[in-house]
Amino acid sequence: MTSQAPGLWPPSGPEVVFLLLGAVAVGSALLVVTTRQLVHAALWLVVCFGALAGGYLVLTAEFVAWVQVLIYVGAVVVLLLFGIMLTRAPIGPSAGLDSGNRWAAALVAVATAAVLVTVVVTGFRTAYAPLRPGQGAAEPLGASIFRTWVLPFEALSVLLLAALIGAIVLSRTDIRGRE
Amino acid sequence: MHVVYPVVVSALLFSIGVYGVLARRNAILVLMSVELMLNAVNLNLVAFDVWLRDRLHGGQVLTLFVIVIAAAEVGLGLAIVLAVFRTRRTVDVDRLRALAEVVRAPDSGRPDGEGAS
Repeated sequence: MTSQAPGLWPPSGPEVVFLLLGAVAVGSALLVVTTRQLVHAALWLVVCFGALAGGYLVLTAEFVAWVQVLIYVGAVVVLLLFGIMLTRAPIGPSAGLDSGNRWAAALVAVATAAVLVTVVVTGFRTAYAPLRPGQGAAEPLGASIFRTWVLPFEALSVLLLAALIGAIVLSRTDIRGRE
Repeated sequence: MHVVYPVVVSALLFSIGVYGVLARRNAILVLMSVELMLNAVNLNLVAFDVWLRDRLHGGQVLTLFVIVIAAAEVGLGLAIVLAVFRTRRTVDVDRLRALAEVVRAPDSGRPDGEGAS
């Protein structure tokens, strides 16, 4: 896997596309955590998830990319927008979105990024994965889910049911706890 | 595709999520930052699955599982945030400092729970 890997620079065509999508994802993620408007944060989250779905496509994980578009962009962001609406958030810019310890938070985040990037670059500098289309299509993924991973799949369906019932119980007001 | 590129992007996304969780006050923004961190993990899983060419597709299947768990998590998290908003009229996580309800004893009038272990 690492024997005839090309050099790190210049990047090939798919790598350039992936790096551009990654830059879009990282930039919009930065806007998510720094913007002063709640609704804009949710919309930048859409951009970030969309760029990540494009990155999955470049990495030949097609099925994961479409699931990402369907569930994250389609469902999770809509849920978050519902939450913003139901908590009566102000539409315009609001001042108190950042807490007072944001400099400590920035310090921790920069330290995390430095440690992670250093470790990862040292560990995987020579790793090279040749891209072959068709590895992540729906057919091989479905075959391996329903053959090898069928028990976690069923456990996950029970988890989803439990989360559904839990959300209903939490959000109904006429169900009282035991006195 | 060099493995370094997706892995570095995912490390940056994860630390941005860490910053968001630590610095934001609105509970919904904290949930969004948690979603960013989960997405960083997903990108890592897909990149290593492509690199190792797993015959069972463990990385991509685990990515699908993480996406499902994230959907369940955000649903439950929003239900909790809405319940907190109903009782406290705020979703500001800095102001939610009470760890228990203050129960007043019926006759003495001072807060119960000082002697409770």
